Amino acid sequence: MSDKIHPLARIIAAFARGLSGVQVRWQGCVPEPRQRIYFANHTSHLDFVVLWSALPVELRARTRPVAAKDYWQAGFRSFLAQRVFRAVLVERGAAARSARDEHSEDEHSHTKGFAVIDQLAEAMGERDSLIFFPEGTRCAGETVGEFKSGLYHLAKRRPDVELIPAYLENLNRILPKGEILPVPLVSVLTFGSPIRVEGNENKHEFLARSRAAVLSLRRKGNE
Amino acid sequence: MMLAVQDYTPRRYIEFVWNKPDARLLTLFGGVLALLIVASIVGVILKKSAESESSRRVIDNLNARTRAWWKMSAIFALTLVVGKNGSLILFASLSFLALREYITLVPTRRGDHRTLFWTFFIITPLQYFLIGIDWYGLFAILIPAFAFVFIPARIALAGDTEHFLERAAKIQFGLMICAYCLSHAPALLILKIPNYEGRDSVLLLYLVLVDQMSDVLQYVWGKLLGQHKIAPNVSPNKTWEGFVGGVATATLLGAFLSWATPFTRWQSAVMSLAITIMGFLGGLVMSAIKRDAGVKDFSAVIEGHGGILDRIDSLCFAAPVFFHLVRYFFVR
Repeated sequence: MSDKIHPLARIIAAFARGLSGVQVRWQGCVPEPRQRIYFANHTSHLDFVVLWSALPVELRARTRPVAAKDYWQAGFRSFLAQRVFRAVLVERGAAARSARDEHSEDEHSHTKGFAVIDQLAEAMGERDSLIFFPEGTRCAGETVGEFKSGLYHLAKRRPDVELIPAYLENLNRILPKGEILPVPLVSVLTFGSPIRVEGNENKHEFLARSRAAVLSLRRKGNE
Repeated sequence: MMLAVQDYTPRRYIEFVWNKPDARLLTLFGGVLALLIVASIVGVILKKSAESESSRRVIDNLNARTRAWWKMSAIFALTLVVGKNGSLILFASLSFLALREYITLVPTRRGDHRTLFWTFFIITPLQYFLIGIDWYGLFAILIPAFAFVFIPARIALAGDTEHFLERAAKIQFGLMICAYCLSHAPALLILKIPNYEGRDSVLLLYLVLVDQMSDVLQYVWGKLLGQHKIAPNVSPNKTWEGFVGGVATATLLGAFLSWATPFTRWQSAVMSLAITIMGFLGGLVMSAIKRDAGVKDFSAVIEGHGGILDRIDSLCFAAPVFFHLVRYFFVR
C-alpha cells in the first residue's frame, strides 16, 4: 500500500473539519507514528472523517477505518469507503456472534467471527492503524451504546498495538443518522490515555472498561 | 473636481485631497494603525516590568488580545476596501460563526435539525443578500416577521413537542441577535445620507471603531480602577468605574471623530454615547446567557478574546440602534 492519500479524501477531510469546527484535544496521549486502534462513540457519518482529519497528515496515510460491509459495499459508498479512504470492510455482527458462541458447538459462526479478527489483524499489518467504532452502528448520541466484542478479540490478537479511546461530541447534532444536510455546529474530539487488556480481565470486564474510558472523555460543561 | 494649476496653494491642495472619498477612511485606519503600534509597544514594556505571576498572566492575555486586534483590524480593513460586497461577506460570515457558537451552546433536539439548516443556510444568507440588492423593506421584516412564523411551524412539522416553546424561542433569539441585529452594521452602506455620498463605509468604520474602543476602554478603566461591581452575578468583570470611564472616553473619542461622519460634534457625541451604552448592554446580556449555560466564553477561536460572539456581542446591540438613529434623523 502506498502512502498516497486520495485527493478526494483530502477534500472531504477539509470540508468535514470546516463543517464540524472540530476542536481537538489530545488529553491522554500525543499523535505518534506507531500502530494504534482508535475507538470512539459513533453517531454520525462524519465521525470517521473528523477523527481521521484530526490526525497529523503523515499519520493519515497509515490510518484506515473499519466499516460495515453490508452498508458500504455497493456503488458510490463502496468507492468512497474502499478507494478514497481505504476502509477495511467487515461482516457486521459476526465477531459478536462468534463471541457469544465461543463455548458452543457451532463450528461455522465460530470460524466466521475469527475470520473477521484475522482480516483486521492482517489489514493492520506491521504499519497501519485502525479507526474502530465498537458500538457497531450509529447511535442517537445521548448515551454511548454497549460495545461489541470485536475490540476485545482484536486487542487479544494484537497486544502490541495501543488502544486509544476517543470521544466525539456534538457530531450527532451536526449530521445525525438519517439526515443528508448538515448543521454546522462546533464539535469537540478528545483522545484519552491508551488502555490494554489486563491479565486477569475477561471480555465483559474489558468491554465495560473501554466503554467507560470513552465516556470519561465527555466534557462536563465547557472548560 | 479638478484643481487648476494656477489655483495651487498648499491649503487648497490639502482640502482637495481631504475631499476625496477615501481620505477620511484612510485617516481613520491610520489612527487605528497608530493605536495598535502604541498598544504593542506598551505590551512589550509591561511584559518586561511584570513581577508577580498574576500580573504576568494579565499582561500575557493583554498581548494576546493586541495580537488578535492586529489580525481583526487587517481583515476588517481589507473587506472595507473591497467595498460593499466585501463588507457583506465579512458580516455574513460573522453572523454565521456567531450563530454557530450560540446554537452549539443551546440545547436543541433531533427534531430541530431541518429548522436549523434553514436558519444557517437560507435565512442568514438571505438577510445579507437583501442588503446587497438594496431591498430595505424585506430586510427589515425578514427575521422578525417571516422567520418568526416559519421557525415554530417547521419545528411543529417535525413533530417533536417536547420543550416546544423553548426550542422555538431560543432559535429565534439567536437568529435575531446573530443575524438580524448584526446585519444592521453593513446595512449602513445602503442608507442614502444627503451630502455623504460614497462615504458610507466610513460610517461603518466609525460604528465599529467607537463600539470596539468602548469595549477596550471599559476593560482598561475596569482593570485600572475597577472596584464596584455592577452585576456580580452576571459578569464579575463589569464595574461602575470601568463603565463610566469607558463610556465617557469612548464618547469623547466619538465626538472628536465627527469629521468622519455626517454629524456635528455634539451629534457625534450623542451617537457615540448611544453606541457605547448599547454595547455595554449587549455585553451584559450575552454574559447572562453564558452564565446560564455555565460557560465563560462562547468558544476559543480568537486568541485572548474567546469566541466570535464574545467579541461582537456589543456590536449586535449597538448596530440596530445606531442604524435607526441615523436613518430617522439624517436620511430624508
